[in-house]
Amino acid sequence: MSEALLSARDLALRFGRVAALDGVAIDIWPGEVVAIVGESGSGKTTLLRVLSGLARPDAGSVHYAGQDVLAAGEAARRRLMRTEWGFVHQNPRDGLRMGVSAGGNIGERLMATGHRHYGGIRAAAAEWLRRVEIDPARMDESPRKFSGGMQQRLQIARTLVTQPRLVFMDEPTGGLDVSVQARLLDLIRALVAELGLAVLIVTHDIAAARLLAHRILVMRHGRVVEEGLTDRVLDDPQHPYTQLLVASVLAA
Amino acid sequence: MSWSLKAEGLGKSFILHLQGGVTLPVLQGIELAVRPGECVALAGPSGAGKSTLMRCLYGNYGAGQGHILVRHRGEAVDIVTADPRLVREVRRETLGYVSQFLRVIPRVPALDIVAEPLVAQGVARDDALARAGALLARLNLPSRLHHLPPATFSGGEQQRVNLARGFAPAYPVLLLDEPTASLDAANREVVIALIAEAKSRGTAIVGIFHDAEVRDRVADRLFEVTPIPEAA
Repeated sequence: MSEALLSARDLALRFGRVAALDGVAIDIWPGEVVAIVGESGSGKTTLLRVLSGLARPDAGSVHYAGQDVLAAGEAARRRLMRTEWGFVHQNPRDGLRMGVSAGGNIGERLMATGHRHYGGIRAAAAEWLRRVEIDPARMDESPRKFSGGMQQRLQIARTLVTQPRLVFMDEPTGGLDVSVQARLLDLIRALVAELGLAVLIVTHDIAAARLLAHRILVMRHGRVVEEGLTDRVLDDPQHPYTQLLVASVLAA
Repeated sequence: MSWSLKAEGLGKSFILHLQGGVTLPVLQGIELAVRPGECVALAGPSGAGKSTLMRCLYGNYGAGQGHILVRHRGEAVDIVTADPRLVREVRRETLGYVSQFLRVIPRVPALDIVAEPLVAQGVARDDALARAGALLARLNLPSRLHHLPPATFSGGEQQRVNLARGFAPAYPVLLLDEPTASLDAANREVVIALIAEAKSRGTAIVGIFHDAEVRDRVADRLFEVTPIPEAA
């Protein structure tokens, strides 16, 4: 099969006496959706930050499309973040520029990758607003006027407009009402399949992981305790911690 | 003898860590080979492990011992040890599974649920939707329901959506867990016809059929799943 898009080995990172990452390895292939599950403090968000270059590990390696991400330096990482990668933050205010209009938030990412034609950028912004189910007529409004769910959908439009190959998502449904979560998850599911994106999604929501992910990694105390095909890990969990995690989900 | 699906020395136990690490052995030394065009019905008392065997065959449960071989693109793939990405490919092209219950996805209409595996196989979206609609119509699902998400459907309606999703892609190997459990007589006939057509195409089928009449009409032979005796 093809080469892994992102590949990390032996990642280690300590915060004082706490091991946030302890010998973590992960591969993500093109078009693959991988979920990292585990409770707060398991190291899952730290892993996402290290893989996307937002934090440096004490030891280990991260390669993207054959390129050594840790050795590449800040400029190269920023270029990857602008062109090849996307990052969807839990809090949309961390991923949006709240002082810029909704359309501007989308157009800005396009301009950063070299698009200059104003009409074309505006048309692309309108198209992406429609794809994330925001009325394009609200293009010139500030995202401050939007609900939390709309802001999150706008952040997704801003992230995907440049057609990244790999998207990092940190609890994308975290702060939202349940009814809004379902809509957002379905939207993410459809867009990811349509665009053939590789996605690394951190979540503590087992149902969201089942809906979106092809593969799951279960983290605890900075280690990957179990990984594999999503339905196999969730329906036939082997590790005591995974069994506890799955057994703790309330069936609706 | 050629086979499409084969279990060799298959064993499965569950270790319940939350119950003090108690071990429940369910399957032991299963030897089963299914030829193209053959339908094998799993038999045995409730709790013997028929559904567990089905889930192992699909790779939904991991196997403790042995091999599960699926003829995929002419090669034997061991579902027990294959990389998750290869298992996904086998499921996309070769190995289908109709479970008893439909897993409903919020907002996704019945038609799209049925068309999805076809689209994943590379069928053009319009063609996939047309085939999905035709199959749902054949299973007597009223066309006004095709564009609705099945969350509010009855058990029988959901089962027909699930059946259409499983039969639409014409997988070479098909696993059927109680495919007629919630169906009326007319729809049971449709399912029997769908199974017969799949067999004549060369599909290897393993099924659990509690309905004896359905079983007698579709199955070429029975495979007995016997409970493992409790250790003294």
